[in-house]
Amino acid sequence: MTASYDYLCDLFAHNMFFGLIVTLGGFFLGLSLYKRYPIPLFTPLLVSILVIILSLKIFHVDYSTYKAQSYPLSYLLTPSTICLAIPLYRQFELVKKNWRAIAAAIAAGTASNVLIVWLVALIFHLEHTEYVTFLTKSITTAIGIGVTEELGGNVPIACAVIATSGVVGNALGDRVLRLCRLYEPIAQGLGIGVASHAIGTARALELGETQGAFSGLAIALTGLLTVLIAPLAALLPL
Amino acid sequence: MRFLRPFIYVLAISFLGELLRATIPAPIPASVYGMAILFAALKTRVIKLEEIETTGAFLLALMPLALVPAAVGLVDSVQEVKRVAAPGLILILGGTLATLVASCAAAQFVISRRKEREE
Repeated sequence: MTASYDYLCDLFAHNMFFGLIVTLGGFFLGLSLYKRYPIPLFTPLLVSILVIILSLKIFHVDYSTYKAQSYPLSYLLTPSTICLAIPLYRQFELVKKNWRAIAAAIAAGTASNVLIVWLVALIFHLEHTEYVTFLTKSITTAIGIGVTEELGGNVPIACAVIATSGVVGNALGDRVLRLCRLYEPIAQGLGIGVASHAIGTARALELGETQGAFSGLAIALTGLLTVLIAPLAALLPL
Repeated sequence: MRFLRPFIYVLAISFLGELLRATIPAPIPASVYGMAILFAALKTRVIKLEEIETTGAFLLALMPLALVPAAVGLVDSVQEVKRVAAPGLILILGGTLATLVASCAAAQFVISRRKEREE
């Protein structure tokens, strides 16, 4: 029995379609669950992560194997992010009309992010390395890595913090905004993009094209502003 | 083969974005350069919206899926995060949501003021 189970696990680990099937299948399950029971736990992203981790555990497939098998999906990240320019182009009249709101959202979000990280660092007596590691948490990973390195932070922790912040924005973002009576689609998109980069934007796209376009724009602008602001924020005394 | 041409456009722009990322000494990812290039190409009508719309919609729909493998990788870094667990949790949950609300509220305030002025 165990011998045949091991054989099965081995077959799965060496089947290059395994990774894609559990990923797409998990995501599909999440979509169906969320449609029926719209609670944050059933956000497609969370469900797919859980399904994948469970499948990897059950069939003893290690993460590096899964990573290689799911590479076709990761490969598409840059091309698909680039396509955020399409909703942005379609909504460009709105963008021009709302440049003040865009500037306000990016400035308020970046400032509050720095302020909160600094306050928490003060309260918990964080070391400088840890403080700068958290500074980049709301920007897209690719920019975050560069900034963290430059400031002397811990890159693996920064990546984990960035990704989990994105998941929080993805799973809870629209709910919290509605709770705070923030219904304006442009403002929703901007907020989600500012606070939770591409992972949040994936959810913003589901809320509507306007939310998606402004969230995508906010990723780029917040990332660029943080490149300028983070080195200054790193100088704050702890 | 109506998908071939738009797909080549997107790949070519990804290629250009990657070239810029590798040559410009700033921590800016290829996708941000790429977004700017595609936007400029659409604005100047080098690429027409109708040409790229369908393929673009498909790729955008894939974006959440493309993020999943990296998010699964988080499980590998659990040990790293444990060290800064308490402040980390507060920041990741509270900080992210506070930033979200602050930035959305700022935008909504400006937009509602503009609408009042227009009326």
